[in-house]
Amino acid sequence: MTLSPFQGITLALSKGRIFEDTLPLLQEAGITALADPESSRQLILPTNRPDVRLVIVRASDVPTYVQYGAADMGVAGKDVLLEHGGEGLYQPLDLGIARCRLMVAVPQGFDYAKAIQRGARLRVATKYASSARDHFALKGVHVDLIKLYGSMELAPLTGLADVIVDLVSSGNTLKANHLEAVEEITAISARLILNVAAWKLNRARMAPLLDAFSTGVAAAMRGRTNTRQPG
Amino acid sequence: MTNRWLLPEYVEDLLPPDAWRLETARRAILDLFRERHFDLVFPPLMEYMESLQTGTGRDMDLLTFRLVDQLNGRQLGIRADMTLQVARMDAHDLSHVGVNRLCYAGSVLHTRPAGHGQSREPYQMGAEIYGVSDLSADLDILHLMLEALQRIGLHNMTLDVGHVAFFRTLMQQAGLGEKQETQWFEAMLQKDVPTLQQLADTLQQPWRQALLALPELNGPAAMLDRAPAVLPQSPAMTQALEQLQAVAQHFQHCVDLTFDLAALQGYHYHSGLVFAVYVPGYADAVARGGRYDHMGRAFGRARAATGFSLDLRGLLPSLA
Repeated sequence: MTLSPFQGITLALSKGRIFEDTLPLLQEAGITALADPESSRQLILPTNRPDVRLVIVRASDVPTYVQYGAADMGVAGKDVLLEHGGEGLYQPLDLGIARCRLMVAVPQGFDYAKAIQRGARLRVATKYASSARDHFALKGVHVDLIKLYGSMELAPLTGLADVIVDLVSSGNTLKANHLEAVEEITAISARLILNVAAWKLNRARMAPLLDAFSTGVAAAMRGRTNTRQPG
Repeated sequence: MTNRWLLPEYVEDLLPPDAWRLETARRAILDLFRERHFDLVFPPLMEYMESLQTGTGRDMDLLTFRLVDQLNGRQLGIRADMTLQVARMDAHDLSHVGVNRLCYAGSVLHTRPAGHGQSREPYQMGAEIYGVSDLSADLDILHLMLEALQRIGLHNMTLDVGHVAFFRTLMQQAGLGEKQETQWFEAMLQKDVPTLQQLADTLQQPWRQALLALPELNGPAAMLDRAPAVLPQSPAMTQALEQLQAVAQHFQHCVDLTFDLAALQGYHYHSGLVFAVYVPGYADAVARGGRYDHMGRAFGRARAATGFSLDLRGLLPSLA
């Protein structure tokens, strides 16, 4: 498979939170996007540097674009990377952005402890089939997975499933639908990912970006710790 | 059936003029192998699964098509990689005591595409040297690999070289169990630094520092000078570094060189130097190889072994 002739670095991002939180990190590297994906319909966004461009793809497609070399690097949530498996990728940096938790949630009043006694069988609705399967296998619980693409909260309310596995940030959506989170599977944040071949061939151009992202992340971490301290 | 013309996914006809282009390149590479005194072998299309599964790990297992031998009910596999078959020939069929140089060319089948846009029927060509345990055979293979690629029209090559001794020695010295080693392996393979940092929480120095430095130790030859300062003393790692330095000196003027001390492709069967060639426009390596001194043991005798292979079909866009 040969790739398109663009000679620079292509960075794959998803719209929304990841795009917004990545912009300051790009700024750190001296890169500004010349269009806003929320208002523009363009999917390839030029930047102030002719050798760097952004492509806007669905969050769950970012690892695919990078693995197959359609993008040299990308920003993808750990949730998405766990489902993808990370084959053919390097993931050297936790960007600390788009933080949330992958959790098991049940209808309020549901006796979860009883439902997961060893050897039990549970119907689980989720978008994160692979993570859910591994999690329950580790606990020794049999599951029937129901793959959904959105509005997971509806599944237990309509009898489609017993529990759900979903991302939780504030927990407000769960509360509004009379669900509660009972178990954390893993903490999630976004990672910088690299195509292996691109890294080998273009290290000289990609390494400064990686360094700038590292610096930006470290500064943001310090900022966060400082604001937490009283006074 | 109105779609009788339809081929399975990731399976293709080679039509004119591509068929001649591939054949011309195949001949050019076979001529080169012959000039360099490699003997040609034709391994069988199928073998018993036990023979194909020897020590190559789960990835190769999942890539192998299976069928049942109607003569005796045993399970057969269609070859997904010819390297192991050639190692079996060297270990068992050919009673060479000394050096044995073998080459091969043929289709292999994969249950699913091994890489993006890759055919499920790659055309594998490769060469292996058995019975030489020192670096001379690895250098020989590296030269051969680069020249084979050059002859069929590839240029702007970057040769990436690593050695499995770093990760393996550190795992042994740190005394990590099999389960932990698997976790370390998976994270190291992807240079997943955040996960490596979590794993390293429970680890003592100097292994902690060394294992966390490993994913950063990649780049041009100058990087090799940084390595001794962060790695603990060990004869195996010193020797590996010397080998990488020797490769650097040897190839510095003929190809772009990078080194990667955490290169773990094929870790389960490799035992020494590992290498891959990258070319702009290809999202994966165009040729790979390395040393695998233990593979013959399963077939009767362990033999020093090193070699490389490539998928000629995947290189069609570059062929003349």
